[in-house]
Amino acid sequence: MSGIVLGNIRKSFGPTTVLHDVSLSIADGEFLTLLGPSGCGKSTLLRILAGLELQDAGSVSIGDRVVDGVRPKRRDVAMVFQSYALYPHMTVAGNIALPLRMRRLNAWQRLPLLGRLLPGTRTTTLEITAEVARTAEALSIDHLLTRKPSQLSGGQRQRVAVGRAMVRHPAVFLMDEPLSNLDAKLRVQMRAEIKELHQRLGVTFVYVTHDQAEAMTLSDRVAVMLNGELLQVAPPQDIYADPEDRRVAEFIGSPKINMLDGLVSAPGSVSFADTTIVADIGLSPGAHLKLGIRPEAFRFGAHSERGAISGTVRLVEHMGSDLYVHLDVAGAKQPIVARLSAERTASASVGQRLNLSFEPERVLYFGSDGRRIRALDFAGKAAVTSIRESA
Amino acid sequence: MSTHRFAQPCTILRHAALLFTGALILIPFAWMLSLSINPPGEIFRASFSFWPQHFYGIENYTQAIAKAPLLRFMLNGVIVCTAILALQIAVCAPAAYALAKLHFPARDLLFALVLIALLLPHEVLSLPLFILGYKLGILNTYAALIFPYVVSPFGIFLIRQFFKTIPDDVVHAARLDGLSELAIVWKIMVPMALPAIIAFGIFSVVGHWNSLFWPLIAVRDQSLMPPPLGIMAFRNEEAGNDYGPLMAAATIVVLPLIIAFLAAQRWFVEGTTGGAIK
Repeated sequence: MSGIVLGNIRKSFGPTTVLHDVSLSIADGEFLTLLGPSGCGKSTLLRILAGLELQDAGSVSIGDRVVDGVRPKRRDVAMVFQSYALYPHMTVAGNIALPLRMRRLNAWQRLPLLGRLLPGTRTTTLEITAEVARTAEALSIDHLLTRKPSQLSGGQRQRVAVGRAMVRHPAVFLMDEPLSNLDAKLRVQMRAEIKELHQRLGVTFVYVTHDQAEAMTLSDRVAVMLNGELLQVAPPQDIYADPEDRRVAEFIGSPKINMLDGLVSAPGSVSFADTTIVADIGLSPGAHLKLGIRPEAFRFGAHSERGAISGTVRLVEHMGSDLYVHLDVAGAKQPIVARLSAERTASASVGQRLNLSFEPERVLYFGSDGRRIRALDFAGKAAVTSIRESA
Repeated sequence: MSTHRFAQPCTILRHAALLFTGALILIPFAWMLSLSINPPGEIFRASFSFWPQHFYGIENYTQAIAKAPLLRFMLNGVIVCTAILALQIAVCAPAAYALAKLHFPARDLLFALVLIALLLPHEVLSLPLFILGYKLGILNTYAALIFPYVVSPFGIFLIRQFFKTIPDDVVHAARLDGLSELAIVWKIMVPMALPAIIAFGIFSVVGHWNSLFWPLIAVRDQSLMPPPLGIMAFRNEEAGNDYGPLMAAATIVVLPLIIAFLAAQRWFVEGTTGGAIK
């Protein structure tokens, strides 16, 4: 009912184009995250959706209704801003009540003294007060209603901003980096609360962030944006494991995916660093490509049925349960980072030679244009052999 | 902390400079107060003392109040200043909002025009304004005292600068909450910019309460005269060289301003610096 369709949205600020033909449809009740580095146009897209900016071309529909040229207040969307954008001169109750007062009371009824005398004002005002109290209770800020925003902590302001958005039951919730002004601990807590809020309200959420952890944990689908383009729209696990584009693979995951130069050395086999693996990716010998291997695809020690690399340990980062091992491998321009389980890793100290193995299926191939090249056939796991070249 | 030894001469010098400039401004006031309690004979004596040998204050002040319609002048001052301030805010706040937060063609050009208007002394406009007032038939009325000041470039500039410091997100939130553009100005922006508006209010009231030049041109009826013009008229017609009552009248006229300024001092300082550091 309140799904969103963005069709070929284009937007420029002066000579810089911030959105190139962005098309996206969001299902009713879906939690969709726009993820990308700052300056990629994700906030602009959200503002266009809200009607706060006008697109140069393209069309926006909310709930089967084209809303181009419809004022923000008539689009039935509510927004939570990064800076919260509370009204500092109003109390918490005043902040939350304002959207209801603007909608349910007419201009005369809103007048400071005279308004109270008009018929209907009293009952409507009482209804609004009751709804504000209910909303505040749901967000457990009911004890703060008489305070001003300046007397609240960051987390409390955040809740007031959410309260002001949810009090009028919008069809679509827009959130523009709502957690980035909070400290790390509070961010994790509020993240869970936002997830809960979405499940409780069941309305469409569009959430903008540059934090992949937020995107991965909250969303039904993630839309990765870069330089004003949508690179991939998919569920979080697909974005992570099955990226369509090299830039998506590089943006998602921490530590960052290892990107290595590869060469098709013979039909069905690819060489990179100090090793060659069997992979039929349909390119003729001599073709150059990029290989992406996630740090956690590596296992400690050599294994006969897996791909293998060996190198000198350059740096070890202890992360508690995991070790991040930076390995200098012959033929690789940058150190390869492996995320190894601390328990299974016998020893890793700087300067030591280390053998690592990986499953060839977990290697991602990207062409020179950055698009993903999918392996045609792995020919069975057992058949995969790795040929160690001289190290 | 090694600069501590050098700080002292510096501090003394700074205070000396402040005291000197402070004295330059305060001495005429002190003199005015002194003259207002001196008997006529002592005013022109060669030796000067602040406190007179014969206290003549009561006589001077009663004479000032009795002979000149001082209360009438002050009532005129209140009417004119209030009307000017109210209309100025009514014009400046929406104009400042448009210049600070809305995007439309030629916005920067309009703002440049405001800045140019800021450079023009008001006296330059007095002749065209006089002719305009004559053509409209409003000379020698309150309207003639009020209308030339309704659009204040200084007010637009000051409030626009303060509005600029308010984040765009607040405006966006207000639009989503259903406020019209004018409602955003009056319900969100103006309350948030209250320190700047109060500072502007003080500038405006002080300026127009003390204004002599334009009222001198615009009104001739004594019952319409604002305080300074009234006193000047009073000097010419009634007092002659009788400086004691004249200074008493001047003291009475500036008194409301001094009281208002002291009461609003905190706001005043906050308003002129608040926009800069926020």
